[in-house]
Amino acid sequence: MSVYSLPVSQIDPSTSASERGTFLERLHGWVVTVDHKRLGILYILYSTFFLLVAGAEALIIRVQLANPYNHVLSAQVYNRFFTMHGTTMVFLVGMPFLFGFANFIVPLQIGARDMAFPRLNAFSFWLMAFGGFLLYYSFLGGAGLYGVGNAPDVGWFAYAPLTERSFSPGHATDYWALALIVSGFGTLGTAINIVATIISMRCKGMTLMRMPLFTWLLLIVSMLTLVTITPLTAAQFMLLIDRYLGGHFFDTQAGGSSLIWIHFFWIFGHPEVYVLVLPAFAIANEIIPVFCRKAIFGYPAMVAASICIMFVSVSVWAHHMFTVGMTSVSNAFFTLSTMLVGVPTGIKIFNWIATLWGGRIRFTTPMLFCIGFLFQFLLAGLTGIMLSVSPWDWQLHNSYFVIAHFHYVLVGAVVFCIFAGIYYWYPKATGRLMNETLGKWHFCLFTIGFHITFDTMHFLGLLGMPRSIYTYQPDRGWNSLNLIVSVGGLIQGVAVLIFAYNFIVSYWRGEVAGDDPWDAWTLEWTISSPPPVYNFEEEPEVHSRRPLWDLKHPGDPDWEYES
Amino acid sequence: MQMGHAQCLIRGGSASLWFLLMSLTLFAQGKTPSTLAPASTPAHQIFDLSVFVVAITGGIFLVVGGLLAVALYRFRAKKTDPLGEPPQIYGSTQIELAWTVIPVLIVVVLFLATARIIFAIQDAPKPKTALDVTVIGHQFWWEFRYPKYGVVTANELHIPVSSDAAPAATFLKLASADVNHSFWIPQLAGKTDLIANHVNTMWMDPQKLGLYLGQCAQFCGSQHAMMLLRVYVDTPEQFDTWIKNQQLPALEDSAVEAGRMVFEKQACMNCHTVSGTVATGHFGPDLTHLMSRATLASGAIDNTPANLRQWIKSPDTFKRGALMPAMQLTDEQLDQVTAYLDTLK
Repeated sequence: MSVYSLPVSQIDPSTSASERGTFLERLHGWVVTVDHKRLGILYILYSTFFLLVAGAEALIIRVQLANPYNHVLSAQVYNRFFTMHGTTMVFLVGMPFLFGFANFIVPLQIGARDMAFPRLNAFSFWLMAFGGFLLYYSFLGGAGLYGVGNAPDVGWFAYAPLTERSFSPGHATDYWALALIVSGFGTLGTAINIVATIISMRCKGMTLMRMPLFTWLLLIVSMLTLVTITPLTAAQFMLLIDRYLGGHFFDTQAGGSSLIWIHFFWIFGHPEVYVLVLPAFAIANEIIPVFCRKAIFGYPAMVAASICIMFVSVSVWAHHMFTVGMTSVSNAFFTLSTMLVGVPTGIKIFNWIATLWGGRIRFTTPMLFCIGFLFQFLLAGLTGIMLSVSPWDWQLHNSYFVIAHFHYVLVGAVVFCIFAGIYYWYPKATGRLMNETLGKWHFCLFTIGFHITFDTMHFLGLLGMPRSIYTYQPDRGWNSLNLIVSVGGLIQGVAVLIFAYNFIVSYWRGEVAGDDPWDAWTLEWTISSPPPVYNFEEEPEVHSRRPLWDLKHPGDPDWEYES
Repeated sequence: MQMGHAQCLIRGGSASLWFLLMSLTLFAQGKTPSTLAPASTPAHQIFDLSVFVVAITGGIFLVVGGLLAVALYRFRAKKTDPLGEPPQIYGSTQIELAWTVIPVLIVVVLFLATARIIFAIQDAPKPKTALDVTVIGHQFWWEFRYPKYGVVTANELHIPVSSDAAPAATFLKLASADVNHSFWIPQLAGKTDLIANHVNTMWMDPQKLGLYLGQCAQFCGSQHAMMLLRVYVDTPEQFDTWIKNQQLPALEDSAVEAGRMVFEKQACMNCHTVSGTVATGHFGPDLTHLMSRATLASGAIDNTPANLRQWIKSPDTFKRGALMPAMQLTDEQLDQVTAYLDTLK
């Protein structure tokens, strides 16, 4: 297929199996690869694996909570499980998924041959990967799997002074801090790489305002990542200094401050939510227009709203801290700044609806997941407004209402869009489509299970059930609701198994996709599936935001209308 | 407290929503610590505000969710669609301006309604007659001190009821002896954290008698789930009787002298206080009037002699990870010390 001779690796995925060498040679090829597409796939496989692990942890948690006074897990093991579930989902599932998509798609969408720093890219991936393995090694340390080792049990936000050595002896907390430092450096490396790639490697004609919205949002996310991971890493170092070098940053018994940790953590923690959810928006921005056959409505407004979210999101962190005893003026300030996030987010939702309006909507699996995302994100945004009302937050904070709210964001929006993205780009990465029937089963079961679980959790919160408890008293009126939540969890588990089966089997048995199975408009669909190692035979040149539209409709190209 | 005019309007306007929310209280039978059944001014103010917020956000959901549903139904791909792509629309400045400005206005309204309640609750002046209680969070139990009365107790807070005729607010000073905790009785007030090295305050003025349940709402270690809270709202007379009893030193009963000796010779007294005796430890709950409490182990179990004996023998039975050690007492010693503690009315 390629007549160009380019300095590419010898292992071309488009060649037949015998030409690709032995299994060991191929494995070696994957380990030493600096190809952005392979690294993207590695990220996705890595995070899919941890999605299954953390999902299994969640199911065990729900089995424990299905009945009051259950004895499936002891108190300490339960605490380890919810700490690991949260940490895994945020750092080993959410972040690598987003970087996986960014790695695979951004260079293709901007017509580049690779990321700006391919070696840094590989290095960052392996840092993140080994950070994850380090965290999970804690399950094997100490008493081993039976007593679930020395896994951390301080909650994913690990409020000091609980993490100090006087309250967390042993090495569990060290595993937690070190793993996040290691994977944090990987994250920073990738974020720098994405920013550099997008700024400097766009093809001819692709001005900033002609970039696909996916790429725009990943640029914003990467800049935000640089701002947010840094304070977290700094705080982890301070914690380790406290634990091993006699520091007193958070050691309240020696005059340190617990509030400093809480501030550091949420200065990371809240923008982190947008780091996870903006890529979800990015995926929806690609999929919704394609499946309703219309250009995205209000492209400049979408870009402006995303930038606005980036700036506002770093000024809202203390809405996680309404109960720590801030002054009334601070509480009012953070109430206002948090509510203001609703404005740019609202613009996005309205623009998506306007994109659907007048279209011809095709309900394929990726589109179904995006529709689920739209409804759930609308609700999640509204419960977010409720939580921003600080007096009400004094009731809802650390209750199951908050659990419900952020799972609506992180599952209802982020995981739904991740699934949508996988169904959408799987043919580009593998050359084969995932099975539509199984995909629709996955969507239906997952959506039903999701709502059974997380809708119910809101009511548990209103009825006063706090988070992070390994059991509860039978006389509190929470029994039946908890059982319902657990049943929904199992349904989601079944749905994810269907997905995993589809994901694996389609690689061999899926329908052959061709270059452009969805009749889409961005540059990645101009090249073969899977793309050649060098991506583009020659540098493409674009004249509008939808280069393939121009190609397919030469009589009515986009650039005549774009301002 | 006086209900403002605006609050009346809010209440009237959202009566149906209020009804909807109240139907949720069907779940909230018996001892449910429901935020939907407020019984104190701060909890009431929060509840009223929440009804207003639910009304606005519910309206937004109906409008936006409805538009979304209509769009999905009306513009689904049909076999009758003409060939080719639908007309491409790239945007509209007027419409986009409208859906920027309207949300801003909604935010302004929500913020003003919220700010009013923030200041009303947080900056409420402390009445001279208010009862002061110091709450100290420990892994995994609560210490309550009544400085004016010289009373120290644990896990079960007694406060007087407030009425229009005799308003009686309770102001809590919140501190922590170790890690962070959070004081939360949903029916009486929102939660406030107990932060190590950082004193917080909160208040409540319960208007209905009874027992209110709650628990620690900030993860604080292995037995966070069993750091339960009980608040008894008493009539002023009941409260006086209770506090007078708490002020007394421990009863002395020569029949349980042997048990007392076990208590004082073993390590028990290093952590527990029994006032009027040599036991003055501070790490564990004050046991001077242990039998005036309905529960043991911070609400984890009922206060019965059998539970008490098992708790002393092996705290892990009920609350694995609690900091009280099993003292390896003989059966005889266990019987004696249980009998002794049983006299501490």
